[in-house]
Parts: sequence; structure tokens; C-alpha cells
Amino acid sequence: MFSARASRVMQPSVLHRLNSTLVVAEHADNKLNAITLSAITAAKEIGHEITCIVAGANCKNVAAEVAKVGGVSKLLVAESEALEGALAERVAPILLAAHKQFNFSHIVAGATAFGKSVLPRVAAKLDVSPISDIIGIKGADTFVRTIYAGNAIMTLKSTDPVKVVTVRGTNFEPAAAEGGGAAEEPAPAAEHDAAASQYVGQELSKSDRPELTSAGNVVSGGRGLKSGENFELLYKMADKLNAAVGASRAAVDAGFVPNDMQVGQTGKIIAPDLYIAVGISGAIQHLAGMKDSKTIVAINKDPEAPIFQVADLGLVADLFKAVPEMTEKL
Amino acid sequence: MSLRILVGVKRVIDYAVKVRVRPDKKGVVTDGVKHSMNPFDEIAVEEAIRMKEKKLAKEVVALSIGPTQAQETLRTALAMGADSAIHVELPAADVEKLQPIHVSKIMAKLAADEKFDLVMVGKQAIDDDCNQTAQMTAALLDWPQATFASKIEKDNGNLTVTREIDGGLETIKVRVPAVISADLRLNEPRYATLPNIMKAKKKPIKKMKPSDLGVDTSPRIEVLSVEDPPVREAGIKVDDVDTLIAKLKEAGRI
Repeated sequence: MFSARASRVMQPSVLHRLNSTLVVAEHADNKLNAITLSAITAAKEIGHEITCIVAGANCKNVAAEVAKVGGVSKLLVAESEALEGALAERVAPILLAAHKQFNFSHIVAGATAFGKSVLPRVAAKLDVSPISDIIGIKGADTFVRTIYAGNAIMTLKSTDPVKVVTVRGTNFEPAAAEGGGAAEEPAPAAEHDAAASQYVGQELSKSDRPELTSAGNVVSGGRGLKSGENFELLYKMADKLNAAVGASRAAVDAGFVPNDMQVGQTGKIIAPDLYIAVGISGAIQHLAGMKDSKTIVAINKDPEAPIFQVADLGLVADLFKAVPEMTEKL
Repeated sequence: MSLRILVGVKRVIDYAVKVRVRPDKKGVVTDGVKHSMNPFDEIAVEEAIRMKEKKLAKEVVALSIGPTQAQETLRTALAMGADSAIHVELPAADVEKLQPIHVSKIMAKLAADEKFDLVMVGKQAIDDDCNQTAQMTAALLDWPQATFASKIEKDNGNLTVTREIDGGLETIKVRVPAVISADLRLNEPRYATLPNIMKAKKKPIKKMKPSDLGVDTSPRIEVLSVEDPPVREAGIKVDDVDTLIAKLKEAGRI
């Protein structure tokens, strides 16, 4: 009886050392980025105790937000002026110091510009091979990801002692933002070389429309729009649908819209309920970013455009007539 | 500022090819399929050469790790303007098992041994879509990294780099030596002219093996399967906007 109780007391601490997942929170403007909630869902699927880490120049509000997320048992907070801009050279040492203290089995973040910058840097220091942009979890060491612009799906087993993983946000439902009560403690201190890199500033695109990666509806334009001014047609239709506006690489390269609107293999990967592709031919690289959308609509005057092969509903028409007509009738 | 730049280039299946999964479900068909230089690496090479043309760099060395055919990729980089090349040769059977962790160890070793000031690569290879090599190389060297670069400017002994991030653009300053990964918008790569292709044939390619650099390339992952993605059911074409709106309402999308 006594020994059974003793072993029960022992066990959690052993498990804790060997099997615990660190989720790296991403935030901007004092707000938690929604992809962190998807990363927490992925961590739950891995099945271990979850620790979250919030690092930044000003992150008290974000820390309070993360502490409330269901399923998070511990919260590490690193707040310092030096973390403005979350430079990889400064965030990675903090994650490594946390790992040294707690010996995580998994280190997880969203596959965003931030996650993609920081996690491979951490993995190299741990001499492990990171696993990018996973779309599924089959076990604590077995993951699913896409290769060749989404044209093949690879299931792989990692043989490394620590799994460093970035998560595709569209493939994991966000964890409930309520119901948790994680205990907060300061993250272990870490040194960085302040002269190696410095954050200068950001120039963010401002928009009142929903954020592209999390929007329920997206309207995207391509080369067929012919100019940046003509994107106004899409903005009007998007407003009627409460949709975000995206673009193909051709539209970005032609200077119609800024690069952060690009949907595709090398831009953003999205899976909204409704995706309306306007004047987009549907190159492999574009399809990689949107083909998991629930309903795809294509408006294109070329009946042979590859986009029609993935579209649920296709309208062969001149977009300059069809889009204003649709906007009016919505 | 007179930098020596090491630029990594990968031979991949051409971006316009529709890949096919192998019947044994362990990879995709590569035999007899058109290959070319990874598009992001072309941009890295172009930028390195532009830096040389602006007298920011004195030497550009292209590096490729792969089978014998990787030399064609290196010749392309030489024809674009690289001064010399290093080919780290791998048996064909091992090429598929090579991961960014191995590549970054090789790059880091070469960068340190041969005193390069800048390592440049594309932000991701369009075959494995990993987006890891630059970051890992920087970590191994303890150098700063400037990933997803869309603009690189000289700033005394530092480089000011504009990066493409999720919400727009970000500017950082990195001290040299550093590692940079190129995004699509960094530049438009030049075409190699015929005289330059002929000249490239005379430029030296140094051959090495991973073992010469003390790098162990044993795989860190086991590929359990490679499969086709689910096929979308064929859709329908509608005749006019009214039908389109009606169908979307029917489906509950609007």
C-alpha cells in the first residue's frame, strides 16, 4: 500500500522529465497569434504535459492570455527590451536554456515566418533534424507533412531524441482559449551577442479586413486583374463577404499588391471555407497554398485554366463584368 | 567591405514538372525527369554576383551537395558569374536521405575552414519544402541570420536586410559574417549567355566528400511512406453569376 503510493508520487516527475512538450507562443502588438492555439492542439495530440513559453519586449497581456488556454500546465515568461522584434539570435538561446532546465521531448511552434526562423536554429544547436510544417501527427515520433508544393504527402519517423516541429495552422483546430490555469514562472536567463543582430523596424500592411490565414472567406486575385487599382473590385466583393484578400505570385511580382498577401507554396498556406480565385490560372505553386479550402470558386475567362480542375464551382467569364455583378447581387 | 561569399545551390526537379509518386511509395519519380537549379538558389546566386559587381564582394564560390549531376547545377552558377565551385559528391542512393541538418553541417564546416564572410542560400528548396538550411548553418557557426531577405544593403561593417514576414516587411541589421536566405522578391536572376556558359566550362570545380569534412550523413528520419494527396472531386462549371450565387447559397457558403 505504502510502496504503491510512493511509486505513484514518483511517476509524474519521471514522466515530466522525459515527456513534456514546449510550445513557443507567437505574438504581435500585445496579442497572441492564433496559430499558437493550433500549435497547442498539436501538442495535445502528442499527448504530453504542455509548457508554453512567451518571449518578447512587452508580453504581460499575452502571458495572461496563454495562462488561460486549456491544457497548458506551465507558462514560462521571458520579458526584456532586448527581445523587441523577436530576433532568432535572441529567442533561440532562451528556448535552449529552457530545454536545458526541463529536458523537453518536443519543441513545437506554428509554421509562420517567426517559427520558421527560430526553430531550425534551436534544432541545429540540439543536433536534431527539425520537422517543418506538419499537417498530421501519428505518434510521438511520427509526423505527416507535404513535399513538392503539396503534391506528395510524406509520413516520417524521427529518430532524434528531441522532436523540433513546426505546425501548419490550417490542419489543427485552435485550442480553447479558456479553461486553463497555468502556473507562471520566469524563463531561465540566456545570453546573446547584442552586436550580432539588431531589430530596426517593421512596415506592416494595414487592413480592416480579416487576417488572411484565419479568414473564413478569401477572395484572391491574379495577373488577370491587370493593375493594382483593379484590385479595388476584389476589395468591394470581399467586403460583402467579410473576406480577406489574397493574391497569386504573379499579382505580387507585378506590384499590384504587397507580398504578404501571396497565397502559395512560398507565401501563405490557407484553408478557408470559401476561396474565390479571380483571374488566377492555378499554377502548382499557387494550388499548394489553397487547395485544402472547403469550397473553391474560380472566375476566369480561359476555360482551359488549371484552376478549373480544383474548383468546385467555375465561372468562365470576364472578371471585369462578373465581379462587379456578383458584388452587386451579394 | 570585400566579402568572400559561399552560395549554396540545390539540384531539384524543375518547378514546372508535375511530380509522380513512386509505386513503392517511398519517394517521387526522379529518373528521366527534368531537373534544374532550385529557383530560390538562383536568386541567392544572382544576389551574390550583384554584390561582387557592386564591389561589396571579391569572390563568389558556389557549393552543391549531391550526385554527379549536381555539377550541371554548379556550371549554371558559374555561367551566371560565380568564380569557382565546390562539389560535395554523394552516391545517388544517399541523395534522397540527405537532410538540411547534413547540408548545414557541410556548409558551416566549409565556411569556417575557408574563411567565408557570408553564406547565402535560397529560403527553401521546392522539393522538400523544409526552409531550414540557412537557419541551421547560422546556428552551427554562431553567426547572425537574415532569413527571407528581399533587400540587402551595405551599412558600414554590417548589412541592413529587409525581410518578408507574415504581416509585411521587417528590417534588421546583421554583423558580418552572417547567413542570408533569399526570398523571391530579392531580385530577378539573369540568364547565362552562351559566351558565359562557354567560359564557365573552364572555371574550377573542387570535388570533396562529406567524410573529407568530417560530416556524418546518416539519416535522422525514416520515410515511412510518400503518397499522393487526396484528389478533389470534379466540380461543375456554371453559366452565369446568378447560378454561381445560388449554388453558393445552396452549399451554405454565403
